[in-house]
Amino acid sequence: MNKTENNKAWFLVLPVFLLVAFSAVIPLMTVVNYSVQDIFDQNTAYFVGAEWYREVLQDPRLHDSLIRQFIFSGCVLLIEIPLGIAVALMMPTKGKAASLSLILLAIPLLIPWNVVGTIWQVFGREDIGLFGWALNSIGIDYNYASNPGDAWFTVLLMDVWHWTSLVALLCYSGLRAIPEAYYQAARIDRASKWAIFRYIQLPKLKSVLVIGILLRFMDSFMIYTEPFVLTGGGPGNSTTFLSQTLTKMAIGQFDLGPAAAFSLIYFLIVLLVSWLFFTSISHLDKSE
Amino acid sequence: MSWMAWTLPTAVFFSVIAAILVCMTVFELRSPCVERKGFLPIETTRGDRLFIGLLTSAYIHLMYVGLTDMTLWIALGISCVWLFIVMRWG
Repeated sequence: MNKTENNKAWFLVLPVFLLVAFSAVIPLMTVVNYSVQDIFDQNTAYFVGAEWYREVLQDPRLHDSLIRQFIFSGCVLLIEIPLGIAVALMMPTKGKAASLSLILLAIPLLIPWNVVGTIWQVFGREDIGLFGWALNSIGIDYNYASNPGDAWFTVLLMDVWHWTSLVALLCYSGLRAIPEAYYQAARIDRASKWAIFRYIQLPKLKSVLVIGILLRFMDSFMIYTEPFVLTGGGPGNSTTFLSQTLTKMAIGQFDLGPAAAFSLIYFLIVLLVSWLFFTSISHLDKSE
Repeated sequence: MSWMAWTLPTAVFFSVIAAILVCMTVFELRSPCVERKGFLPIETTRGDRLFIGLLTSAYIHLMYVGLTDMTLWIALGISCVWLFIVMRWG
């Protein structure tokens, strides 16, 4: 029997298509156009081919920022994902305590990025900030403005404070969606808490963890405002990540051509890593 | 459109991408594909293979530009051959 398909539903996605075209596709095409030209002003531009790509790919500043960026995103994922799962497992499941903990966890997510940076800038200072003062008063020589290790520690701590809640809330929703029958079966088998986590909770959390890992990777890989406000990329260039290097190039030096080439390389890295994450986890799911 | 700073090579590039997408859509409507396993380590649809082929082609170009000073036509040739291999046997 021939099945009649009604393709009129495709028209319903037309508004989204137009919106994405205007907000993403057209700007991306413009960036590609800029990346092959030396732009002086709106009417003066010279075609330079792959010259900016060559210059950017051989720039040691890009290499350093890229390494710092991967280390930062790796640390963020290694800390926030297990911590978020642990927080979600410890959260109360019923009553007012559950509502209260959900509200408390959501608070850091509601604070704008620049405010988070300012909070930690003050909080970490050794003269007036509670955190910096407390560390120095117990004998730890801590100064995020002059010591690169302290600056990294503070930027990481700030990101963990700001975004672990997101992973915890995602995992909490995933845990609440597991049917009680699984736990009953585990109790009948006298499964240990670890076995319940390993064979019931963790597999059932896989889809929310994919979303959590992807969101946290992409967001941490594109981080700009918080370290910019907190450390300004310093001391030296120790906390200058990719987006900050890009902004310096595009806005600080007005090098639109190299900045466009840099953004496209940046885009390709994010696209590749996100695709690898998504494909590996979704195919793992299929093979099970 | 002048604010988009079009050049002939980028216009050709986007036209080719658009033409590939249109051809793939027509091809899909005429003969819908199923997932299959080739030399790539995962099962892929035709669209997946196109995406993988185009993304790896972009990286081939980047590596080529970063490591050599030779003409980009060679990288384009390598990418076209690679795209064909991925689409056919991937």
